[in-house]
Amino acid sequence: MAETRFTKAHEWVSLDGDIATVGITDHAQEALGDVVFIELPEPGRAVQHSEPCAVVESVKAASDVYAPLEGEVIEHNVALVADPALVNREATTGGWFFKLKLTNPATFAELMTHDQYDKFVAESA
Amino acid sequence: MPSDSEATGPEIGPINEMFDSFGLEPYKTTPLDQLHRDLGAKMVPFAGYEMPLQYPTGVMAEHLHCRAAASLFDVSHMGQASLHGHGATAALERLVPSDIAALAPMRQRYTVLTNELGGILDDLIVGRVGERLFLVANASRKDADFRHIIGMLPDGVTLEEHEDRALLALQGPAAAAVFARLAPGDALGFLGMGEMAVAGVPCLVSRSGYTGEDGFEISVPAKRAEELARALLAEPEVKPAGLGARDSLRLEAGLCLYGADLDELTTPIEAGLGWVIGKRRRQEGGFLGEVVIRDQLKIGPPRMRVGIRPDGRAPARALTEIGATDGTRAGNVTSGGFSPTLSAPIAMGYVRRDLAAEGTPLELMVRGQKLPGRVVPLPFVPHRYIR
Repeated sequence: MAETRFTKAHEWVSLDGDIATVGITDHAQEALGDVVFIELPEPGRAVQHSEPCAVVESVKAASDVYAPLEGEVIEHNVALVADPALVNREATTGGWFFKLKLTNPATFAELMTHDQYDKFVAESA
Repeated sequence: MPSDSEATGPEIGPINEMFDSFGLEPYKTTPLDQLHRDLGAKMVPFAGYEMPLQYPTGVMAEHLHCRAAASLFDVSHMGQASLHGHGATAALERLVPSDIAALAPMRQRYTVLTNELGGILDDLIVGRVGERLFLVANASRKDADFRHIIGMLPDGVTLEEHEDRALLALQGPAAAAVFARLAPGDALGFLGMGEMAVAGVPCLVSRSGYTGEDGFEISVPAKRAEELARALLAEPEVKPAGLGARDSLRLEAGLCLYGADLDELTTPIEAGLGWVIGKRRRQEGGFLGEVVIRDQLKIGPPRMRVGIRPDGRAPARALTEIGATDGTRAGNVTSGGFSPTLSAPIAMGYVRRDLAAEGTPLELMVRGQKLPGRVVPLPFVPHRYIR
């Protein structure tokens, strides 16, 4: 059973074994507004923790998406590149961004739990 | 090239920046503040005001609704003022290159305030209403504009700022039908003005706008602005639209945004606004910056504002560097985003004059990559003004 955790950059990370699926939270897509373009990291790219590795552009602005943990990109969401608005409709499911094979899966525990993230959002509002 | 500064791309911030709340300055509100909040608007600071960026349906839906029916915009942050006095026309002609003397009663025109170097201090609308000239200036510039104008006025001419008035814009193909219902009577022609009751509220109306659509800008006493806005929103075709849609609509229409496409280092000739300069004014001069402007009219400007279509889907936003295909620097994007009507990225920017012809291939430096694009005619989406 995959567990989902969160970052302060409003990304969700779902861990299954040593594979982390990464996307942006519903709160983030709501704030971005209508997403019109998404650029994703290519499979095979090694990313450091907090390294900018994807770009999401809405009608309002461009924003970076960061690697939540260190690892190697093994897949990106082709459907999302073809239909960027998918992230507005299904931010936490079909609108995932990329999958990382984590260098050290134990680091996942450093991310925020759902409750912690909700509190973080409420406090930064 | 007017600038040799280091090439930089647009700043991209983390998503967190979308959440930044208001700064420390107290922001002003418009007379429609409560209405915006009742409608669920996302309010953002803009030019010293708290303004609606969008309503719950979002920028895309608001944009498309304006192109399909009619949208109501609160533009009360803009500066409204009147120039009074016998010498008002002559006084204003020293500050703008347009033929104000030829402006007929209850007509308005678009013009620019220029500086001594021919740069643009602001773009504004001037209308002749009875014995006065009625001005509408950008929110971010109004204080500076009015100081500048007052400083140049001769005895007997005064500027009165209308801080007690709100400004609403009703825009879209259904705007005329809606307006006729609430203000029966003779229809205004394009850029015509009228003093009339709209939904029972006395207003100063012009047939104009900033979306490329037919529509109206309605100056209304602040105290009755909400009443009027609610009456307009009660019409079945009308939905509210925020600053986000206002920006994407004006970009599709190829209209300039002050501070992005126009500034004090940009002349009206470079900006493609030579048409605002009246024939008589070209011959006689007598306005600030006339030496530079008349020179550029004669020999051409060093750079020109153009429309740009990037290939692919990635928007090229303001400050994106533009290169020529031979590797030389061409200029910069000044406004860029995504066109909901065309479902494609669009941009405006300034390029060297030799690169300004329609179809010229360009390279847009987006996040360190050269994205191909080309010069296209403006507007991106045809204007549908009433003629």
